[in-house]
Amino acid sequence: MKANPRNVNTGIYYIDGDVASGQGALAAGCRFIGGYPITPSTEAAEAFAKIAPKAGAVFIQMEDELASIASVIGASCAGVKTMTITSGPGYSLMMETIGFGAMLETPFVILNIQRGGPSTGAPTKTGQADMMQSRWGSHGDYEIIAIAPESPQELFDYTIKAFNLAEKYRCPVMIMADECVGHMTEKVVIPKADEIEIEPRRFYNGPRDKYLPFKPDKDLVPKMVKAGDGYKLYITGHTHDEKGYPILTQNSKVKTQKSTTRRLVDKIKLNADKIIELKEENTDDADVVVVSYGISSRVAVRGIEKAREKGIKVGSLRLVTVWPFPDKKITELAKKVKAFVVPEINYGQVVFDVERCSHGEANVILIPHGGAGVHHPDDILSAIEYASKENKKIEGIIEHKTKLEKLIFEEGYKLKE
Amino acid sequence: MATLKTKSNELIHPMEHLLRMDRIPHIWCPGCGIGTAVTAFASALEKSKIDLDKVCIVSGIGCTGRVAGYVKLDSFHTTHGRAIAFATGITLGNPDLKVVVFSGDGDLISIGGNHFIHAARRNINMLVICVNNFIYAMTGGQVAPTTPLSAYATTSPFGCVEPPFNIPYIADSSGAVYVARWTALHIRRLTNSMAEALNKPGFSVIEVISPCAMYYSRINKLGDGLDMMKFYHDNSEIKHGEDTKNLDIGFQTKITVGKFVDRERPTYTESYKKWLSEIKRKK
Repeated sequence: MKANPRNVNTGIYYIDGDVASGQGALAAGCRFIGGYPITPSTEAAEAFAKIAPKAGAVFIQMEDELASIASVIGASCAGVKTMTITSGPGYSLMMETIGFGAMLETPFVILNIQRGGPSTGAPTKTGQADMMQSRWGSHGDYEIIAIAPESPQELFDYTIKAFNLAEKYRCPVMIMADECVGHMTEKVVIPKADEIEIEPRRFYNGPRDKYLPFKPDKDLVPKMVKAGDGYKLYITGHTHDEKGYPILTQNSKVKTQKSTTRRLVDKIKLNADKIIELKEENTDDADVVVVSYGISSRVAVRGIEKAREKGIKVGSLRLVTVWPFPDKKITELAKKVKAFVVPEINYGQVVFDVERCSHGEANVILIPHGGAGVHHPDDILSAIEYASKENKKIEGIIEHKTKLEKLIFEEGYKLKE
Repeated sequence: MATLKTKSNELIHPMEHLLRMDRIPHIWCPGCGIGTAVTAFASALEKSKIDLDKVCIVSGIGCTGRVAGYVKLDSFHTTHGRAIAFATGITLGNPDLKVVVFSGDGDLISIGGNHFIHAARRNINMLVICVNNFIYAMTGGQVAPTTPLSAYATTSPFGCVEPPFNIPYIADSSGAVYVARWTALHIRRLTNSMAEALNKPGFSVIEVISPCAMYYSRINKLGDGLDMMKFYHDNSEIKHGEDTKNLDIGFQTKITVGKFVDRERPTYTESYKKWLSEIKRKK
C-alpha cells in the first residue's frame, strides 16, 4: 500500500532528526501521538503537533509518560496507528505499560531520543545506554524490535519502517535514536507519497462469529479488529487464550502461560531474518569488523577510513535493527575475522551479544564511552590497530579505553582493600 | 430489563446478552457490592438505549478491575491506574465511542489519581464508575487513600492516620460535568444515575460506596455484607445538589448520597473540532 498524499509533505528540507521523525510518523499514517515533553525529544512532538491537524491526526500532551503510553495503546486498540515520543526518564516510566502493549500485541511505535544517564543525567547530551532497557525493560518475557538511525534522513525513513514493522508483527517498535542524531540538522528528502510503502493494519475480514483475537496466522501474528466494530472484544494483560479470556489456572493440562509467552517471543525470533536490516561494508576480506549502530556508526566511518589508509583490512557491520540481534551474521563473521570492534556510548550493552554470538572464535573489543559526547575517530582507529595486531585469542570482552577515559582514569581507581 | 425468556424451553438469565456468561461464576466474595454495581450498570445500558457496539468498558487492576471482563462490550482490562489514560486514547482514536471506566478507588484515585483529575480538566467524553470499598481488597485489605480516619486495615494496624479523599469533591473541582454518589444499596437510583450519565457528553463520575465483607468489615468488626447494607440503609442521606465540599466520609459516619453536579461544558472533542475548523477557515 502507498502512503496517503494528505500525510506526506513532499520536499527537500534542512531540519533536525527529531523534526524528521515527526514528519516520518505522519507520512507512515500515524493518527495519534500522546506525549510528554522531555529533552532532547521535544522537537519531534512539536513538529507533529504542528503538522498533524491539517492531515486529520491528533497530538495530545498527556499529564505524564505513564498516561502517554497508555493513551497510545488505547488509541491503537481503537484502530489507528500511534506513537509516543520520549527520552531516558520518561522511557523508564513507560516500561510497565510497554509490556502490557507487548502482551496485547498492539502495534505502536516509541521514539526514544537517548540522552546521558542514569537518572536525570545529561539531558541535552547524547547517550546509547538504553539499548538493553529497550529489550528487557518491562517485566516478563516478550520481544520487541529496535531500530537505530544515524541521520535525520534515516529518522524520517526508519520512522516509517518502524510503523510498518509494528503493524506487521503487532509488537512495540522502538526507534532508539540519540541526542546527536535527534538534534543534528541535515538535508532531508521527503519523497512523493507514491514512493512510500505503507504496511496496513492486519484487519480480520472473516466470518464474525469465527473471530478469535489471539489466534495466530502462519507467521505467528494474529489479526486485529477495532473497538466499536461490534466484536465485543475482551482484551486483558492477563495471560490469555486465543479468545482473549484470562487463564490463571496453570497445570499439567493448561499450558496457556507457556504458549502465550512463547509465541510473543517466537513471532519475532522466528521472523528475525525478515526483520533484521544490516549495512555491511568490506567484510569479505576483513581481519577486523567494526560493529556499530546509531551515531557511533557515523563516527566509526572516519576511524575505519584512517585504518584502511594504513593498510589494515577492516570492514564495517552497521546494525540498523539492533533487536532482534543478528546472531547468525555475527557467528558467520566470527569464523572469518580476527576481531570485532564495538564502539558504544555506554559501558557495554550490545557488545554482550556480539561476544555471545562470536562463540570465542574472534576477539571482541569494546570501546566504552560514558556519554555526553561521542567517540573520537582516533579512538576507533586505535582499537582497530590493536585488534589487527593481537594474534592471541582472548577470552571475554576486551575493554579498549578512549583517549579521554585514559586521561581521566590514568591510574585507575587505586582500589584499596 | 427484559423479563425472563425461554429459549428451547430453558430459562435464560435476562442479562445474558449483556454479560459474558461463559465467564460466570465471577470472582467476587459473598457480600461484596461490586456485583450489585455491575447489575445496575447492565440495567442502565438497556435503559439508556445506547448503541452497545459503540460502548467500550475499561478497567484497571483490583477487584473492581475485573468488571470489564464480565460485561459483554468491547472490554479492556488494563494496567494498574492507567484505565483513564487508556480510555482517553480510545476516545481520541475514535470519538464516536462512548467509554466507560469501571474501576476501584485505589486504581482510580491513588495510583491513577493524576489521570483522573486531568481527564476531568479536559472534559474527555467518558463515564467513570468508581466503586469505593475503602480498602485494597484484591491484595488482602491494605489501607487506601479512601480509608476513613481511624479505620483498621492490614497496613494500618493501629487505625488509619491519614484523612481520606472526598471523591466527588475532587471530581467537581477538577471539572467533571456530572458527579453522583450512591451506595450499593441504592440500586434503582444508581441505575438511573448511570443511565443518565451514559447519555451525558463529557466527564462524568459516579462513586459507588460498596461493602467489602471480606476485608474492610472483618478487620473493623462491622459484620457481614448484609450488616453493611443495613448500615447504609440507616445512615445514608440523600441530598441532591449538596456542595461537594461537605461529602467527607468518616469511620461509620453518615454517608451523603445523591446527584451533586450536573452542568454543561464543552468536551475535549467538541473544543478540538471547533478549534480545527477555525484554523482551517483562517488558511
